[in-house]
Amino acid sequence: MSASHATNAASAAPVAALRGVAKTYDNGTRALAAIDLDVRRGEFLTLVGPSGCGKSTLLHLLAGLTEPSAGRIAWWDDEAFAATGGRGRRIAFVFQAPTLMPWATVAKNVRLPLDLAGMPRAAADAAVASALARVGLATAARHLPRELSGGMQMRASIARALVTEPDLLLMDEPFGALDEFTRQRLDSELLSLWTAQRFTVVFVTHSIQEAVFLSTRVAVMAAHPGRLLDTWPVEEPFPRGDAFRLSPAFAAYAQRLSTSVAQASADALPDSDLR
Amino acid sequence: MNRVARHSKVLRVAAPFAVAVIVLVAWQALVTINRIPPYLVPSPLLVARTLHADRVLLLHSLAVTLGIALTALALATLLGVAMALLFVQSRWIEMSLFPYAILLQVTPIVSIAPLIIIWVHDTRAALVLCAVVVAIFPIISNTTLGLRSVDRGLLDLFRLARATRWQTLWRLRVPSALPYFFGGLRIASGLALIGAVVAEFVAGTGGQGAGLAYQILLAGIQLNIPRLFAALVLIAAAGVVLFAATVAVSRLSLSRWHESELTPR
Repeated sequence: MSASHATNAASAAPVAALRGVAKTYDNGTRALAAIDLDVRRGEFLTLVGPSGCGKSTLLHLLAGLTEPSAGRIAWWDDEAFAATGGRGRRIAFVFQAPTLMPWATVAKNVRLPLDLAGMPRAAADAAVASALARVGLATAARHLPRELSGGMQMRASIARALVTEPDLLLMDEPFGALDEFTRQRLDSELLSLWTAQRFTVVFVTHSIQEAVFLSTRVAVMAAHPGRLLDTWPVEEPFPRGDAFRLSPAFAAYAQRLSTSVAQASADALPDSDLR
Repeated sequence: MNRVARHSKVLRVAAPFAVAVIVLVAWQALVTINRIPPYLVPSPLLVARTLHADRVLLLHSLAVTLGIALTALALATLLGVAMALLFVQSRWIEMSLFPYAILLQVTPIVSIAPLIIIWVHDTRAALVLCAVVVAIFPIISNTTLGLRSVDRGLLDLFRLARATRWQTLWRLRVPSALPYFFGGLRIASGLALIGAVVAEFVAGTGGQGAGLAYQILLAGIQLNIPRLFAALVLIAAAGVVLFAATVAVSRLSLSRWHESELTPR
């Protein structure tokens, strides 16, 4: 089933198409110079680049949380979107911090998007239970966020994103604050969820290893102003496990990406010192 | 560690209690040895005896004062929260009205009280109004601050889910504001009592509606200093109880999740 899904994906229209999208904030900061990028259905696209390269801005633009100052973003469902009065598009966002409501239990936190959409109680309960089971938090449903470890809070955050069965999942350095061991475990878990369901992911990270391990495609960005330098695929079959992390192919990809990011960091436009 | 924790808990009660015993004994000794007349400084024992002897009169007055303070606190909470909710609806409303809330706060109540008492015919209502004027500001300012102090990420999440204004208010802003609100309530509880007492002083209502402030006023004029002290003790006790009650309410509603009320484990 996932194989046929994948073939469909290749021919389907992009989930989001950015054409000449630029963002300058009100205070004059040029966060993003004109960018052309297609987010393809079913891909795991990772954005890598130095600080200030506009990765987060790009994610906020894709979510529709920020309006571009120039250019245009076309989402897959623009026509259907208009027809259903905006109920159709399902985009989920996972932030750098778990961003849970401290006063609500894990289950209530995960339910939030369904409650806001007005889903009937029984259906919502079932969806929450399934999302919690998928991230391995079934037993923590009645706990408060502060009773969980950082890694478990992040899992709750991911469950909240998955509970709506999003078409597009945006993740802004979700595991950046976790220790290396927990990060690798969550990377593996995220990847097996993705392998099973093939939702579309745009993932921001600072970690070369994380980018290579997770992605089907990597986009390298440069700063001052933020722009897209290069995108290239990571052609490694799924499922990927710890063996991939230790393989020569992994090292070669990491080497290539590392060189590319180093160039991106060095390659600031002349006016960068003025900003 | 655990022993130290229990030790400090005992100390927290025992130390102030010891101070009270020492002060009271010293006070009693000084008054007895120096034969200070009761119309200057009554001994603690005499104050206790007066408290017992005048209990009907004093407890009735306590009920009057407490009734005014509690009514005022309830009204200040209702109106203050309503104002805060109005303020967060738009920056324009807040910018236009907040200066007047500050004006109300910085004008000493003693200077407004006579006007209020002249304008409002019903004395009890006038006293309540005075206390509300004093108590409302911390509720407005703290609740407004709380309603605005919302996690940016959660706000983005609500926007992404296309939450309505009402959903964002009720499910996100109100719970986020609770710790701030309770901070304001704690301050307002003390201020409501102060407002009630000050207003009584200005109004000077006697008879059935006589509160503790009137008893203090009257006892002062009659040089009945033991009764003055007894009334003072009651007012202070009422203030402490009111404060403790708001702390308890805050702890009950927040202890499960907010840092300010977590017991160290």
